[in-house]
Amino acid sequence: MADTLLDIRNLAVQYQTDDATIYAVNNINLAIRQGETIGIVGETGAGKTTIAKSIMRILPNPQGKIVSGEIRFKDQNLLDLPEKEMQKVRGNQIAMIFQDPMTALNPIETVGYQIAEAIRRHNKITQAEADRRACDMLETVGIPMDRFGEYPHQFSGGMKQRVVIAMALACNPELLLADEPTTALDVTIQAQVLDMMRSLKEKFKTSVMLITHDLGVVAEFCETVAVTYSGEIVERGTVEHIFDNPQHPYTLGLFGSLPKLDTKDRRLKPIKGMMPDPTNLPIGCRFRDRCPDAIEACAAAPPDVETEPGHIVKCVRAKEKGGAAV
Amino acid sequence: MLRYIIKRLLLLIPVLLGISLVVLILIDFTPGDPARMMLGAQASQEQVDALREELGLNDPLPVRYGRFLWGVVNGDFGTSLMTKRPVIDEMLERFPYTLTLVTIGTIFSVFLGIPIGIYAATRRHTWKDNAAIFFALIAVSMPSFWFALLLIRFFAVQLDWLPYAGVETWRGWVLPCGAMALGISALIARQVRSDMLEVLRQDYITTARAKGLSEQKVTYRHALKNAMIPVIMVIGGVFGSSLGGSLITEMIFSIPGLGQYIMTALNNRDYPVIQSGILIISTMFAIIILIVDVIFALVDPRIRSQYTKAKRKEGKQHGKQTEEAVEAA
Ligand SMILES: Nc1ncnc2c1ncn2[C@@H]1O[C@H](COP(=O)(O)OP(=O)(O)OP(=O)(O)O)[C@@H](O)[C@H]1O
Ligand SMILES: [Mg+2]
Repeated sequence: MADTLLDIRNLAVQYQTDDATIYAVNNINLAIRQGETIGIVGETGAGKTTIAKSIMRILPNPQGKIVSGEIRFKDQNLLDLPEKEMQKVRGNQIAMIFQDPMTALNPIETVGYQIAEAIRRHNKITQAEADRRACDMLETVGIPMDRFGEYPHQFSGGMKQRVVIAMALACNPELLLADEPTTALDVTIQAQVLDMMRSLKEKFKTSVMLITHDLGVVAEFCETVAVTYSGEIVERGTVEHIFDNPQHPYTLGLFGSLPKLDTKDRRLKPIKGMMPDPTNLPIGCRFRDRCPDAIEACAAAPPDVETEPGHIVKCVRAKEKGGAAV
Repeated sequence: MLRYIIKRLLLLIPVLLGISLVVLILIDFTPGDPARMMLGAQASQEQVDALREELGLNDPLPVRYGRFLWGVVNGDFGTSLMTKRPVIDEMLERFPYTLTLVTIGTIFSVFLGIPIGIYAATRRHTWKDNAAIFFALIAVSMPSFWFALLLIRFFAVQLDWLPYAGVETWRGWVLPCGAMALGISALIARQVRSDMLEVLRQDYITTARAKGLSEQKVTYRHALKNAMIPVIMVIGGVFGSSLGGSLITEMIFSIPGLGQYIMTALNNRDYPVIQSGILIISTMFAIIILIVDVIFALVDPRIRSQYTKAKRKEGKQHGKQTEEAVEAA
């Protein structure tokens, strides 16, 4: 695709701990088009954050390792870039908002400094100019700029998240990785922050990868969705594909019995059973043990099946319904 | 901030009153009679009793305590029973030696320990880290007198580069300061390493990386500055306690410092020296800790905001460190 901004191919990531290897991300494929907002959903431990950190190449060192795959951003494979070049991409072309705003800011530097630092890093401008732009960014996210010189502990959780967002958007990135930007916030603030992100996204024409547990947010915010399970993407497609015609038993489970776009019940439904131990993944379909429709064939690795154009399901049974393997 | 400093200085008064009372009581319990010490074994019991009376040693404890305090308030720290000179004069003579030893030793240690700590932390679990940590452990565990003797053996005796005792020239300072620095620098290195490792795991370090900052900027501006807070505490503590207690180094290298002075006084039951000496050393220690706390506040805005009247209402969440700092204060 010509307008593909980010193309992840066969990405596999492992964490090495003292006594085990955690298979956190296993051969995923994912593409993000220019201007697109893609939602990544899946239960805790599915590998969502790991995917985002892999794109930024900020996995915890030395535990986290990208073991294979390609992450093509525009025309280059990010995984081939030398660290110095990668630094120019980080925060500049690709930025990330972290899961927990409480801990994402340096407690002993002013918020203004922390925003201006990102701006100065990627633009050849004076400190005064960077400070002025940091003030603008603060205003953009709805924080009065006279709070430029204050420290993170003087801000509420929601305001910290705004600061983090201001920092991420400061250099006008082409791709924003938002890792559960609202999970740590209470409901009213969540809506505010999301509204703000939406208008910023429109204003700056940023592509967004939105990681969330909240299907309502996905329905409102995203054009495409990828459902992750146990380090794999089990189903991806447009919001309509996933919400109106979910195919993978795991996705169906997530929606419970109300897979409608206008659902009031926005939280993921818990599914009986647990995700497989990431240190010891089963061969074949990882959802098999929890799947109500499992058959013999599920003991082998499931194929990616395209059930309709652009709607890809990692399930052998999707074929029965007429899909073609890709 | 200024108000806080003044408050802390005022708080010092009851602390020092307590310390001097405890010292006085301890001296009372210590066997050995200063009058007997002064007069020697041949003196008769009458002579000793007369001297005790003259020195006021027979007065009840509250009287002696009051007399001591009255003297201190009037700037009189008493007179040494042995040398008959004012304690304050003798201490002022000796203080520069100790201060030089401890200051140079600590500066040495800081410039050695901090880079080693950073080096190890940024290469954690590599053989370089393991080697650094191994040597630091040995250095921390090695008694300072043993290392001092090794230094003398090698640099003074074998190579004959430096004098083995005495500090009449700058060359004489090299070995004692070096001996002093070894253990302290290892202590600092270990502290820096563990704090750096702790800080490097924090989310805000990942945030800093995600901004595209260089590894140097992340390490020094974001990680080291945060990691320095507990390190400053350790440096201050070591510096303060060494001022009164670098006795062994002073003895080995014949440095006429405070440690030796107090030690001699203890042996001779020279109680005015003991009393005033401990009081003065405690005061210095308390002031150094106060300075450390002020530095804390300068580095960490969360602590600072507790001392200065907050302009805005503070959020509920303060960091763990803040609470610890409050407890420490
Ligand atoms: N630093 C690490 N060391 C070891 N294992 C890790 C580390 N970070 C993540 N993991 C493991 O990798 C797997 C994927 O974690 P990840 O954080 O990507 O999940 P997630 O989908 O973001 O979950 P959540 O919704 O809770 O944020 C999990 O099994 C997790 O335990
Ligand atoms: Mg996560």
